[in-house]
Amino acid sequence: MLPEEMAPFIGKSIGVVACEVEKGSIKRFADAVEETNPLYWDEDYAAKSKFGSIIAPPGFFGWPVKLPPGATFQRPTDIADPPETTDAMRAALAKAGYANVLDGGIEYEFFLPIRAGDALTAKSIIKEVREREGKTGKMAFVIIETSYTNKKNELVAVQRSTAIYR
Amino acid sequence: MAKQIYFEDVNVNDELPPLPKIATTRMLVKWAGASGDFNPLHYDAAFAAAIGVGSPIIHGALKRQWLVQLMTDWAGEQGTLKKFSCSYRAMDWPRKMATPFTPEDGDTWQCKGKVTKKYSEGEQHLVDCEIWIENGKGEITTPGTATIMLPGRS
Repeated sequence: MLPEEMAPFIGKSIGVVACEVEKGSIKRFADAVEETNPLYWDEDYAAKSKFGSIIAPPGFFGWPVKLPPGATFQRPTDIADPPETTDAMRAALAKAGYANVLDGGIEYEFFLPIRAGDALTAKSIIKEVREREGKTGKMAFVIIETSYTNKKNELVAVQRSTAIYR
Repeated sequence: MAKQIYFEDVNVNDELPPLPKIATTRMLVKWAGASGDFNPLHYDAAFAAAIGVGSPIIHGALKRQWLVQLMTDWAGEQGTLKKFSCSYRAMDWPRKMATPFTPEDGDTWQCKGKVTKKYSEGEQHLVDCEIWIENGKGEITTPGTATIMLPGRS
């Protein structure tokens, strides 16, 4: 069973990423969503708000600045730092016959607003692995938990994303 | 911005103002660049066909962000999104572009929500909601939940 094989990796770090929250990237993100809230791009408007400056929409955590070109940031498992845990997880999944992965969903807890100019550290761990027999065969749910802290080491958000392997 | 809503104004079973969205191939390209998700499943027709989804599908995370906007628009500037979740249960396909800026006719998605609980924890006035996205046929493709904190009038 996959969960037993994965047990040694639960709670292990699979990535630590430095993200900078720059106002241009906030604007581009808000624009892609077709957001209408001027807090995300209008400095004068934001200055008069309770936030005092431009903030990011919940769900935007900046852009990874220290990854080499070509490294993607789509999923925490893409980072693989250190690589051993992620490699072992992928090997266990492959051995159990899982070839395809889908984005299953996400959960957030938000603690503090994220502002333009913030520098965040995103730390990801393997939180949980479950396996289940579905109508179309077996499926594995891998839950990656990422915590985001700011420069003052305050926790700003926790994210749990579910990857569905089949 | 819309007028601020207060905790006292909210009742269980209230429906949130729906947020309509039209996903287009253009929007998916913008989202890929803005989010860093460069999976060809979302922009390469041959790739999408080869893995069995027909044509490029909308990013789950873009649908997530529509639902975040549903909540933050409703909560207003004095409200705060505390918790959020959603599941990508069914695939959605964007409209193609008719001109560089206008989409072809087709589906409009509706982001919707309903209040399931209102309660106070210490000083915090909290509201739980069930949220979801309906496709053009009215089918729910993306269900979720959210908790917001609202200001009180007093």
